[in-house]
Amino acid sequence: MQPNREQRLWMYEHMLVSRYFEETIEKIYLEGKTPAFNMANGPIPGEMHLSNGQEPCAVGVCAHLNAGDIVTSTHRPHHVAIAKGVDLDRMAAEIFGKKTGLSGGRGGHMHIFDPAVNFSCSGIIAQGMAPAVGAALSRKMSNREGVAVAFLGEGAANQGAFHESLNLAAVWELPVVFVIEDNSWGISVPKADATAVPRNDVRAAAYGMPGVYVTDNDPFAIFDAAGEAIARARAGGGPTLIEIETWRLAGHFMGDAEGYRPKGEKDALFAKDPIPRMRERLIAAGDLTAGDDAALAAKARARVDTAIAFARESDYPAAEEALERVFA
Amino acid sequence: MNDKVSVTNERRLTIARAMAEAIAQEMRVDERVFVMGEDIGTLGGVFGNTRGLVEEFGKLRVRDTPISETGFIGAAVGAASDGMRPVVELMFVDFFGVCMDAIYNLMAKNTYFSGGSVKVPLVLMTSTGGGYSDAGQHSQCLYGTFAHLPGMKVVSPSNAYDAKGMMTAAIRDENPVIFMYHKGLQGMGWLGTEPGATVNVPEESYEVPFGKAAVVREGTDVTIVGLAMGVHNALKAADLLAKKGVSAEVVDLRTLVPLDRDTVFNSVKKTGRLIVVDEDYHSFGVSGEIIASVCERDVSVLKAAPRRVAYPDVPIPFSRPMEQFCLPNPDKIVAAFDSIAGA
Repeated sequence: MQPNREQRLWMYEHMLVSRYFEETIEKIYLEGKTPAFNMANGPIPGEMHLSNGQEPCAVGVCAHLNAGDIVTSTHRPHHVAIAKGVDLDRMAAEIFGKKTGLSGGRGGHMHIFDPAVNFSCSGIIAQGMAPAVGAALSRKMSNREGVAVAFLGEGAANQGAFHESLNLAAVWELPVVFVIEDNSWGISVPKADATAVPRNDVRAAAYGMPGVYVTDNDPFAIFDAAGEAIARARAGGGPTLIEIETWRLAGHFMGDAEGYRPKGEKDALFAKDPIPRMRERLIAAGDLTAGDDAALAAKARARVDTAIAFARESDYPAAEEALERVFA
Repeated sequence: MNDKVSVTNERRLTIARAMAEAIAQEMRVDERVFVMGEDIGTLGGVFGNTRGLVEEFGKLRVRDTPISETGFIGAAVGAASDGMRPVVELMFVDFFGVCMDAIYNLMAKNTYFSGGSVKVPLVLMTSTGGGYSDAGQHSQCLYGTFAHLPGMKVVSPSNAYDAKGMMTAAIRDENPVIFMYHKGLQGMGWLGTEPGATVNVPEESYEVPFGKAAVVREGTDVTIVGLAMGVHNALKAADLLAKKGVSAEVVDLRTLVPLDRDTVFNSVKKTGRLIVVDEDYHSFGVSGEIIASVCERDVSVLKAAPRRVAYPDVPIPFSRPMEQFCLPNPDKIVAAFDSIAGA
């Protein structure tokens, strides 16, 4: 299954929006945090996990989804949220802790909920998986259309929730797809030191479901694998486990000195940054001219700038709003 | 039993049967309601509270799960957020250790973290309590553990009338509800049962609203506050005290979240003395919270220091004499009163 031109351009455009968004957040995050780095300071306090480099996973999968489909994501959620169509203005405002944010500033960057497009995420490793299974169960039981996709990191494949969720999805034949973004690092621990098998897709066999490994952070190969899995889920064929080789171009979080990376690794990763690779590929295929590319880039920047301006200009919530919304 | 709707018959039910009836009645009128958990299908629940459901509603709506509490409770959160109304069983509350993230990080926080745009109408029913030598991984109450964490309602009935009405209210609630049922009140012959929990239950559907404690016995000399099994111990203690000429008022909290502090306070204002009975651990729990809520409001209503009859801060032992030594009982409540009677 290969994307058509419209899909290819959609994927590229959302990769651009995601990257500009992260680069902009990165700059703003450092405001107020120099010369002494203190996570509590600046317009964006708290932990910040950037998704630079992992954009192909988000667009290759979400190209097959519509607003009614369910996605659960991780502590590193921005690229997936953008590809799923989360309201970017309100997401940015949430990241700034503003009243206009998706949850009025209660959640922040690791707790983004946009029920209009059925997107949510959790800051706890692997804990978005079971809710995706449950949402798929909900659709199946109530005969409503829709598949659920749970994104997770490769480190999450060693959590109990991973195995419980795969088994439950398989034994109940639910329309859910599990997508592992294998960036090869669990904060500072390399995959080989933490996981007994080189590739987690083989673990699918333990639960009687198809498992696929996609190499080289390739958006089209991801599109292909995800398309097949999602089509199978929609047709009642049950769950699939996909693991994607991807690259974390940033640290685990902002402020991470990344002393654990082998020498030269970052340079090697930047040399195969998926954004310029995608651009060259589209130009070579005749999908895109340099002029088109500049226009798309300008459009993406404008979209991000609008969202950031909305976030900056929005008011903080009144402090006592902290006491509201505990219950529905 | 206050707030009783018209009782048109003398039908007596156990808590187990009352819970199953409430679930069945909601399943008949709301197709979003379904049940899942371990052994809740053909077996009807280890503690009988889902008996008859799979026969009426089938295996798609009454789902036996794998032994995967993280998986199926997390799935219930996802299903509830997507518009379903799952009723899920955690067989023993002691098992919360293998699935607490799904409970307190997802179920209890998703509404807040979504600014109210995501609702999680989920009932998590779970058994509590000991007294039958099952030791400390199958006998705890853990009321305080759950009531302490914001974002979920926590209820525990002392009798079948309340159990049915509170289960109905729980299923209709837009929020997650931890429905804790005490094994010793459940009416399972093999567990030994408090007969006072088996009471008349109307056939029609009704709700017992959350946040309303019940004054189950009126008195003037001391207020004894408890919930679930604690209420029965309190009532027995009140009988013993009556023989000594002491008039005890007994308050059944019924729900911990929300907590009816007013009813407790007004009772203590009348009696001037407070004893809290709690089968959960002594420290940092329900008993301390009840006492604090009276003292913070107006300490002068107390004629004597408040007392608590709670489980000592030790893991629950297996051996009968040791476990029975640790459990609250009517004699301990009477002794607690005697220690403050002179005030």
